[in-house]
Parts: sequence; C-alpha cells; structure tokens
Amino acid sequence: MAEKISILIVDDEESVRDSLLNWFIEDGYSVECAENAKKALQLLEVRDFDIILADIKMPGMDGMEMHRRIKALNRDSIVIIMTAFASVDTAVQALKDGAFDYVTKPFDPDDLSHLIRNAAAQIALKGENEALKSRVTTLEAIDDFIGQSDAIRKVLDQIESVAQSNSSVIITGESGTGKELVARAIHSNSARRYFPLISVHCGALTESLLESELFGHEKGAFTGATFNRKGRFEMADGGTIFLDEIATISPKMQIELLRVLETKSFVRVGGNREITSDFRVICATNRDLKGMVENGNFREDLFYRLNVVNITIPPLRERTEDIPLLVSHFIKKYCTSMSRDLITIDPAALKHLEKFEFPGNVRELENMIERAIVIGNGKEIKLKDLPMGKEAISSSVESLEELEKRHIEEILIKYGWNVSRSARALNVDRVTLYNKIRKYGLKQKD
Amino acid sequence: MLSNGPFEKEFLRRIALAAEAEFRYQVSTEECHLDLNPYYNPARRQYDGNKLLHHLNGCTHNEYDRLICLFRIDLYIPILTYIFGQAVLGEKTAIASVYRLRNELYGLKKDEDILIARAIKEVIHELGHTFGLLHCHAPACVMRSSTYVEDIDQKTSSLCNRCRVLFEEGQK
Repeated sequence: MAEKISILIVDDEESVRDSLLNWFIEDGYSVECAENAKKALQLLEVRDFDIILADIKMPGMDGMEMHRRIKALNRDSIVIIMTAFASVDTAVQALKDGAFDYVTKPFDPDDLSHLIRNAAAQIALKGENEALKSRVTTLEAIDDFIGQSDAIRKVLDQIESVAQSNSSVIITGESGTGKELVARAIHSNSARRYFPLISVHCGALTESLLESELFGHEKGAFTGATFNRKGRFEMADGGTIFLDEIATISPKMQIELLRVLETKSFVRVGGNREITSDFRVICATNRDLKGMVENGNFREDLFYRLNVVNITIPPLRERTEDIPLLVSHFIKKYCTSMSRDLITIDPAALKHLEKFEFPGNVRELENMIERAIVIGNGKEIKLKDLPMGKEAISSSVESLEELEKRHIEEILIKYGWNVSRSARALNVDRVTLYNKIRKYGLKQKD
Repeated sequence: MLSNGPFEKEFLRRIALAAEAEFRYQVSTEECHLDLNPYYNPARRQYDGNKLLHHLNGCTHNEYDRLICLFRIDLYIPILTYIFGQAVLGEKTAIASVYRLRNELYGLKKDEDILIARAIKEVIHELGHTFGLLHCHAPACVMRSSTYVEDIDQKTSSLCNRCRVLFEEGQK
C-alpha cells in the first residue's frame, strides 16, 4: 500500500522537510517537498497528492489558508496540519475546515507512523468503497437484463465474446431497448469490472458543457469553475466510459473525441497539463450512424474507430415471447421496492401486452407495470390497469363499423402496411382487405 | 564502524561480528573523538541527528564501503522527539545511538545482554538503509520500523527472505 501513497510536505524549515522526507522515503512512500504554500499550490496544480502535511505558520500564506485553497483544488486530499505551537483554537478551526488531523511538532515517532497509517487506511477504504459501489450498481443492472428469445440470446452471446476484449463497441437499438444495460453487462463481464463504468448522456449536454464534462476543467477556466474538476475520461481510468446518444455530438466534439480515442490523452478545459487515462469506450445510439456518415453528419474516421463491434438490440415487438418474463420480473421488482405482496397478472391483460406495439420498448413496458401496481387492486393486474386496456374497453362500446376500422388500421400498422401479411393475420383475402381500406378511407401515414 | 564515546571493546566486537554475518562484509571498528558541541540543542537537551549524519557523510572514508557511527547520546531530528538511528538511504553513512536502548532509561534493571541485542538490531537496521532497503512489514525482519524499544525486542536481527533477496540484488 505504501508505494501507492503520495505525500507532500510543506514547511519553511529545511531541516523539518529533510527529516520528514527521509522518514517517509524509508517507509516506501512517494514524497515531495515544498518550502512555502505558493510552491505547494503550484505542485498541486501539476499533480495530485494523497496526503499533505502542512506547517501552520509559514511566511506568505499560512497553513490554514493553504488548506482552504488545497481543498478548493482537490477535495479528496488528506491534509494534516503541523504546528510548533499547540493551540486548541487553531486545532478546532483546522478540523472544522476539514483537516484530517492536527499534530504538534516535534512528534513522537509512533504518533507520526499512526497518523500516516490511519490516513493511508482512509484512502484505501475510500477507493474500495467507490469500487464496490460501482460493482453493486453493475450487478443490479445485469439482473434487469431479461429474455430468452433467440434475439436476446444472440445479444447475450455477443456481450460475452466482446466483454473479454478491449475493443470499442457501438450499441444500436430503439429508445428503451436497454442499450445502457448492455453497456453495463459488457463492463461487468470484462477485466475492467473492478474499475468504474462512467456514463455520459451526450444528448443532454451542450457542446461546452459536454467538453467540460468529458475532459474536466481547471479552476477559473470559465465562470463558475470555482475548483478543479476531473473529467469523465479521467474518472473512467482503468474502467469503461459509456457515451449514450453519440450521434448528437457536434462536429467539433467529434474531432476532439477522435483525438482522445487515438492517444488516450487529453488536456482539461483551461489547463495545459496532458492527462492520460486507460479507458474502454462503449457508445450507444438510436440513429443510423452509417447513414449519418454517408450524409456527412458524422465523421467517417470516428465511426470506424468506434464501430469495431456493433451490437443491435431488437425492439420489444420483435421478441414478444420475452414479454411474460419481463412482466413477472418487473412485478417482482416493483412489489419488492414498494414493500407489497407479490401480485399476478390477469391472462387477458398479459395477452394485450403481448399484442401491443411498444414504441417505447422495454422502458414503456416497465413503466406500465409500475403504474399498474400503483393504481391496481393489490392482488392482480387487470386490463383496466393498463393504459391500452382503457382503449380496448372503451372501443367495445362504439359501433361495430368503428371497431372494425380501428382493428384493420392497427393490423396494417403492425405489419408495416404489408397488405398480404395483414390479410393473413385478419384471416380475410387481400381483395376484401383492399375493399375495407377503401371503404374506411385508411391511408398509410408517414 | 566508528564508536564515539566510552564503549567496551567486546561490546563493539559482538556488534561488528553480527553485522559481518548479516551482510557478509568485513566490519572494522575504530574509535573517533568527534566534538559533539556543535550538534547539541540546549532547548531539547538532545543532539541533532541530521547534522551529525550530514557531517559524517561529508567526511571522506574511501577505505570503507559503508560507515556507521555508534553514539551514547540522545539523538533527535527536528520533527521527531527522538530517534534510535538515522541513515542516508542508499548512501554510505548511518548513525545509531545506544542512549534510548538502555533499560535504565525506562526505570528497568540494567541488562547488558538486552542492550547488545538491541544495539545489534539497530546497527543492522541502519546499515540496511544504506544498502537501499526500505522499512519492511514482516514482523520478524530487522528492517521493520521500530518506534519503541519494545518494537526492537519483537524483531530478530536478520533480514527476512524478501529483504535478503533485495539486498543480494543490490549487490550485483
């Protein structure tokens, strides 16, 4: 552990700096020294330190002020204040300002060893905590990946084979099909699983915000940049970065992204220090990226850089056999989260769900089930608890002609206005269907 | 190995033999009469280990591969209340003192055997630093960091296997 911990010693007395330097080097820590607060802050702008030991009384800027500035630069640093003059007031103030501890010079050798050991233990615990949090989130996400259809089995096979590599992946699929779940599944089955999976929703951010989000920024880079901030690429070091809605990024960001993918290094906004990060890229889009390349709306070189592996998730309407499994999964999920007894679904309601188009895919189904559990009778999900149930029930009170017109229209839409397939589904011949289309004035909408 | 202050020859011989066995270097003992006044801090009533080490490191002792000076005085460095010894990592010089290794300092009965065992461990530990060895976490290793005499008593006077390998590699 010791060799991973970096320590910065800030003291105006050379003998103190040398003594501490020797002491920590013998313990195997990585140590640097600064003779005043200004030099220390300059060093901190170039690199991060895990532990900073700072004298409270120094010419120019005192340790307390420096501590405040360090915290503004890097909130994660552990700052230990040293002083030759013990005073309860300054000790209390230092601790209130977030100092890890406060020691009076000269220290007992054992105190110093304990202090550093405790700080190192805290750093290790924090890292472990973050890794575990990321792991727990990933595991939850995998549980949500439900399905036994051939289409889903194919996707799972692709996930399994692509997870072991480091290749970039593009996940395509309609909105709500579970592109982020696939990204999480790839990450959690890869060797990078103990490092973070960082998600960025590119479509939700403006160009400048996305730039700052991805690359991070230095303090003062723009209005509101009150402290240094790590970018998502930096945070994804060792792990995976998931760029959702990649098709929405601007041409400028496409160039920047291409450069980062090629060099795995970048500079924070407003900074001049080159930062390197080891990450894997997974992108998702619901648009036809290849078509965008052909139209000149997406860079070809970036497309080929990202599109090493392509995984296409089928829409829910193409895997209706998974609907019962998904329904029972969501019932279990929401009954548990709402602390309710497990309920069932009326077969008629399930049948309606299996026939429904689901333009919003699995997400829409999930929302429907959640809503049905909330408004239902607490024992069984009925057709009336589902949004399309109301429509089905209300349509029954209208005229027979109107019902026929709606049904034919629904079937035509379902089969993409393929008259032969629609006629077969309706169990009538094509001529009859053409007559009905003419009679009811049905027209294909764009 | 230099000795500054009144030490029995047998005491020094036993330390030299132990160091010789551990590092397989020939160890010679020599008396020195360094004026310690410039290193005395009257406010702390202790001697500045950093300055002493710096002085010895600056002296030319080309006939020796390593130099350790043994004292009977209370050593300190500015940041710590006391030290048992000090070395320049990976360089030629080290210092050690038996002052805080004595049982009498802690109100216990004088025990020469314990004192010599502690002195051997301290000298080998500091010499280990001059050979580039860092503090070791193995409980019995002589390179384990010791802040109290009880810690010194807990460890052996030998390098653990890992430190032994590092030492041998450093010799190549």
